[in-house]
Formats: sequence, structure tokens, C-alpha cells
Amino acid sequence: MTHILSRRGFMMRSAAIGCSLAASPLVTPMTFASAPWDNRLVVIILRGGLDGLDAVRPWGDPDFVNARPSLATERDPALALDNYFGLHPALAPLMPLWQAGELGFVHAASQPYRDKRSHFDGQDLLEAGLASREGGLRDGWLNRMLQGVPNVTADTTYAIGREDMLLTRGAALVLRWTPEVDIGLSAQGLMLMELTMQDDPMLAQAMAQAVNLADQDGDPVVMADEQDMMEGMAADQKVLKGSKSHERIADFAAQQLRQDARITSFSIGGWDTHANQSRVLAKPLSKLADTILRLKDGVGANVWGKTTVIAMTEFGRTVRENGTKGTDHGTGGVMVLSGGALRGGKVYGRWPGLSEAALYDRRDLMPTDDVRRWAAWAMRGSFGLSRDHLERVVFPGLDLADDPNMLL
Amino acid sequence: MGGRRKRKGGHVAFDPIIAETRFGCGLSPVVRPPETIAEILDGTSQPSHVETQYPIASFDHYLTRVLVLGEARKKIRAKNGPDKAQELRKQLRVFLRASAVDQRHWLVQSMLRRSSTDAGFRERLAFFWADHFTAKGKRQALRYSSAPYAESAIRPHLTGRFEDMLIAAVTHPLMLSFLDQEKSVGPASPFALKRQAKQFGLNENLAREVLELHTLGVAGPYSQTDVRQLAELFAGLQWKTDVGLAYRPEIAEPGAERVLGKWYGSQQGQLADIHAVLRDLARHPSTARHIAHKLAVHFVSDAPDDALVRAIEAAYLDTDGHLPAVYHAMLSHTLSWQGAGNVKQPVEFVGSSLRALGFAQSDATALEDKNVKTQFLAPLLLMGQPWEGATGPDGWSEDDQQWASPQGLAARPQWALSLPEILPQARPDPREFVRVALGPDAPERVVFAAGAAESRREGIALVLMSPAFQRH
Repeated sequence: MTHILSRRGFMMRSAAIGCSLAASPLVTPMTFASAPWDNRLVVIILRGGLDGLDAVRPWGDPDFVNARPSLATERDPALALDNYFGLHPALAPLMPLWQAGELGFVHAASQPYRDKRSHFDGQDLLEAGLASREGGLRDGWLNRMLQGVPNVTADTTYAIGREDMLLTRGAALVLRWTPEVDIGLSAQGLMLMELTMQDDPMLAQAMAQAVNLADQDGDPVVMADEQDMMEGMAADQKVLKGSKSHERIADFAAQQLRQDARITSFSIGGWDTHANQSRVLAKPLSKLADTILRLKDGVGANVWGKTTVIAMTEFGRTVRENGTKGTDHGTGGVMVLSGGALRGGKVYGRWPGLSEAALYDRRDLMPTDDVRRWAAWAMRGSFGLSRDHLERVVFPGLDLADDPNMLL
Repeated sequence: MGGRRKRKGGHVAFDPIIAETRFGCGLSPVVRPPETIAEILDGTSQPSHVETQYPIASFDHYLTRVLVLGEARKKIRAKNGPDKAQELRKQLRVFLRASAVDQRHWLVQSMLRRSSTDAGFRERLAFFWADHFTAKGKRQALRYSSAPYAESAIRPHLTGRFEDMLIAAVTHPLMLSFLDQEKSVGPASPFALKRQAKQFGLNENLAREVLELHTLGVAGPYSQTDVRQLAELFAGLQWKTDVGLAYRPEIAEPGAERVLGKWYGSQQGQLADIHAVLRDLARHPSTARHIAHKLAVHFVSDAPDDALVRAIEAAYLDTDGHLPAVYHAMLSHTLSWQGAGNVKQPVEFVGSSLRALGFAQSDATALEDKNVKTQFLAPLLLMGQPWEGATGPDGWSEDDQQWASPQGLAARPQWALSLPEILPQARPDPREFVRVALGPDAPERVVFAAGAAESRREGIALVLMSPAFQRH
């Protein structure tokens, strides 16, 4: 694919074929208004129910090993977080961040959703930030957070990935993009499209922004000829199906955060480990570790120092292993925190214990904290939002309680 | 807007091109556009030949398969093997996989309907109303039943009274499941009183959405008390796999309920009371206004002229929501034939593109199931409209800006360029295709772009991406 052009190449080549590209709205970089804050927040939704007990293993709990004969087999001292907890081996690449105080966890936490343990309800409520479906789910908490904040522009917040996340849906402007989208036209085709759109400002502007974004997402925006286009589309199909899409998402997020974006959100799936968990869970955990490391690399030291990453899931999983060496839908779980702005190197939360009497419903890790509270404190610490806005608008009815002092 | 044909004078001039694009499924190389408003309305009044030619399963049929699944699972549960959980999961997985194949087949069927119908308005209305009454499977077994639901609850009522469609949709098993009605129990019902420890109670979800979304609209004159009272009245609406809707008086809340100032029901709950309140809600002036506005927004403009909305609303009120009269009011109004038109939703864009290229049964037959995933499901997702995937009961947005988002729009040429894979036989000359897709008065610039494209593939994509095609 030697003929594929970058946007810069496109401009030069197009100049050669005699078109006035400088005036072209499709290739002129967009200018954006300044963002309201300088700190960065990344929200990752872990879809499917992350098993917190396997990700952050409570080796110090006397009931842990017995409950998990095939999962809790090897206590590796190199993965010890403290005297009590140790990491899953797939998270080993994050140990340097732990040592640097840029990684932390909240254990035995969950959202208020209980009992039915449905992915569908659980994810909806997690993203809506509400305790129940009663009253309907219309918008997401990240969007409500933005509502009423001055100077929020479309590029302050990016929702990245294929799906339309409830988390970011609502009245405030949020830009969606997924690196899997390529316009796919040749340089000539792109110019002709611009020509047909010139009397329709709405379409022309959206397309101009798309060209800009497509130019930044790691593959070329225009194709030199039909052969390249077909190969490019085949490659995208592969990415669409393949396992590397999280890398492109992380890279794209990092690139935006380095510029005007202050908030990005996306999701990582694959956590629903009903069987053969020792094999299955390693994959999404590696993706998560990879994502965090790429974000750190991608934004650079300066921005990383202002960045907080929170990753949350709809529910944890059963304390005891099931008959197929996996775990079923549970309640309490773990929330992952990272970033240069984090006061990390710490497993936050209150540990309830794993004795049968201490469990929720005699089967699940008892939640002792609300993940929404931690998300709220991350937003309060990053953006200085008022307690009132957070407790009334963003997470209606939530009690923020005492400051856990999670950010530097 | 450059693309739209200029109207002569202020009168409506019926225009077959607009009739087929704005109120139909788009121009076709093989089906001629309607010539009169009467022809459009006649086409909607009965099932068109495409519905029998390209069948989609009825909801009853879908339920019989759920029933078979349930029986199989019952048998597994009765055994006492060590692998019971695994077997149950496997059983469900097999069912879901087969149902997903069906869903993709029904997607192709509905595209064939759009592509070959001579009653495009009927297809558009079916989509509009299925969206107004969005329902989807919440239980795993119902996950792929949205198309059968639309087939059974929506299509039979497209040209009846609104209240009949309202009743069919609101009391439908899929809606009862989607909006949590199956969990709702009258707190003072005999059933709940016998099981006080379990603390059964009402779930207001369905009642709220009926008032807010299906009938009065969010600005309507109802209060939280009305929601609560309606939820009490709805208690008892349940369904069973073997019979469908099954009203259960023993979980109904005893006593009468007062909704919008009128009393319904009595000591013994009955389905007739629920029908009565739904009929009254359907005939409420706020509902007339809500539906009139929504139709005008969907078909004509995001910000429709109030005169148009009032005309539709008047027809609704005059006829107690007789839908053909409502449609007639919209179609016969001058304002409906003006303006640049809305941005097509992705499903409409995909459907009208296929129609313009003459997508036919032979193409569908050649299309493998796995390609439906890559060539329809994935692109629709990227365009922002996953198939049957509206997240909430409020359905899809009518906001042009939502559909003309950078990502959503960029995914359109990406898909349009892949059309030669879906339609290997359709290799029209872009210079001719531009007249097929946009009519004889296609905008100059698009005609030029079609001719100047460096390949046939791009030429076709450029025509499909032009504002004249993107809007309708």
C-alpha cells in the first residue's frame, strides 16, 4: 500500500493536479474554542462484569483460596501490591505504574444495582449513573456532568468506539469517533464530494470534521486508487473484528487529550467469564493494561500528570468458582484507577471479608462502597465541580461523603 | 438547497420525485413513482405484495420457538447431572445463534421490501410506527424478536385508528417485557397480600412511557399521580409464552384508578379497563398534537411549520385518530412539499441506496449470512443506527444533527464504496445512475461529479453522498 497518502501528501498531490485546496473546507484544520479545564479524565466502561477478585486478588483473606481452587493457584510475590492484595498476572505490565503511584484500585465497590444481575440493566444503570430504571434512562452521567459547564465545546469530550454509549448521551455536546471509520474515497473523490456538498453547510461541516478526525486516527484518510481503497477497507474489516482495535482507540484518545479534549470515554468488553476463566480473563486484562500504558505514552509526561483514568464495570462476580472453572454474575467488584494525577499505590475501600456470613446474598463480594462516589470525586478533583452539581445532577441522590483524597 | 427542485408558485404541486423520496423509499430503476396523493394512500391501505413476497416471521411464530426452547430447558433442569448449568447455557446459545441468523435474514427481507415495493409510504410508516413504539427483547429469549413484533403489532394497524395500534403495542408481550410491566404487581392485590414477605410492588416504567412517549408527550398535562394511577391500572398485564398476552386479575390493584381526572376500573381488575384508558389517551388533544408534530418532524422537517402541524392535528381530532385521514392531511398540505428535507437516517440511506441500484432477490440469495454482518450490521452501527438497536423506549432521534455527525456521515461513503460487493451485477454508469437516483432534474454539480469520478465505484458513491440523496 505504498500509494496511500497522508493528508499532507494529499494536499501536495492535489496542488499538483491543480485544485485550490487551501480554500477547501474539507482539508482545512478545524479551530476549536478553548477548553474549560486543563485536567484530563478518561472513563472506561468494562462491559460484561469484571471479576474483581481475580484482577486484584485478596491473598490475605483466609477464605480466598478455598473459594477458587482453579483460579487462586499461585501467589507470585512479584505481583504483590501490599501484604494483602496481589495483581492478576495479565496486569503485570502495570506494576511500574503501581510503584510510581500511578495505579490504584477501589475494592469491594459496586453501583447500587442489586440482585437481578443482568448485563443489560447493569450497564444501562452504570452509564446512566442512577440507582434504578424507574423514571427512565435518558442521558448518561458524563453528559450531565458537562451540562451547565461554560465553554464546553464539541471537542471537549470524545466518545470513542463503535457504540453510542449511554454514558455520554444527552444534551451536552460530545463528539463521537471510532478509528474504524475511513472515508475511503480517493483524493479526487473527496474533492468531488466537497463540491456536491458546498451548498449544504450541515453536511459539509460534518464531513470536514470527519476528514480531520480520520486523518488523526492512525490510518490514511484518502486512498490513491481503487486497489488501495479495497486493501484499506479489508484492513479496516480486520481491525473491526480483530483484537487490536483497543490500541487504535487508546492512541486516538491520547492524541485528542494532548490537544483540546479533556474527557474521553470508551469501553472494553470480554469480561463475562463464565467458563475457563484462568485462560479467558487474561485477554481483556491485557487489553486494559495495554490501553492504560498506551494512554500514558501517547499523552506524554506533562499531560499524564494531569490525567485521571477510571475503569468501572456493571457488577463483580461470584466469590466461589462455578462448575466450569469460571464465575457467574455477582455484585461487589473492583474499580481501576490510574493516571499521573492519581494518589495511587493504594487499594482503597473497606474490605468486607469472604467468609460466607460476610458475603452478599451468601454468594457475592459484599459491596462496601459506591463506584459512583469515586467517579464523582475524580470529577470534583479534576474539574472542581460543586458537591451540589455532583449529588443532584450528575448522580441524583448520591452521598459524596468524605473526600477519599484520591488525587494529588 | 442546490439539490431540490424548485416549486412553481406557492401551490402544491404534486411532484412524483418528492413523493417517492420524501414519502417513499427513494427512486428506483424498475418501479415508477406514484402519480397522485390518492395513489400513495391507496398503497398504504393494505399489505403490499412485498410483504408476502419477502416474509418476516410473526411474533406468534417466534414465541413457538421460545416455547420449544423452554421445554428443552425444562428437561435439562429436571435431570440432576453435574453439567446442568453448562447444558442450559449451551441450549440458550444455540437458540440465540439461530435467532441471530433469523434477524439478519429479516434485515435483508426488509431491505428487499424497501427496494422493490410500489407502496413506499407504507414501508416508511411501518418503520416510523415501530420506532414510535420501540420495543426490544430484554429477556435473552426475546432478544431478536423486534421484527416479528413490528410485523404483528404495528403493520396490521398502519391504516386503522391510532388507538388500535396503541393497544396492540402497549399490551404486547415484547413491550411488557421491555418496559418491566412483567415485574409490576399491585401492592394490595390478592397475589401480593398472600406473599407479603416478598414485597411485591408496582413498576411505573410502562405507565410513564405510555404517557410521555406513546400518547400525550413529555409536555402533556399529566402528573406523577397520573403515572402512579395508570401503573396501578396496568397491574395485571402479563404474558405467557404459550398464549401471548395473559391478563392476571389476581395481581391487579383492587379499586378504581383516576387517570387525567377520569375513573377507570373497579374492585375486580379487567383488561377492558386498560383498553378504555388507552382509548381515552389516544383521543386526547395532547396526543393529537404530539403525533401530528412527530409525523411532520419525521417526514418533512426537524422544525416543521406550525400551520402544517395544526392541519395534521385537526384531521386527527376530527376523526379520533383515524390514520388515513391524518396521513392525507400531511400529504395534501403545501408545506409538506417544500424545503430541503431531513437527513436520511442510516436505515433509510441504506434502503434507498439499494433501491436505486435495483437490489433484488437474486442479490439477496447470493448474500451469505456472514456478509450481512460485515455489509449491513457493522456499517449501520458505524453510521450510528445499529439494526433494531435503539437503546431506549424513545427510539431513534429525529435530529438531523445527530445523523450528520462526523462519524455517522463518514461511515456512509465507506459503505457506499462497498456496494459493488453487495450488488456485483449492478454496475451502472454513474452518469446514468445520477438520473436514476436523483431524477431527471439532478443537480448540476452532482451530475458533474458523477461524470468526473475516477471509477464507477466512486461515481456511484458520490451520487449517494450528495445532499440531494442524503436528504429526502
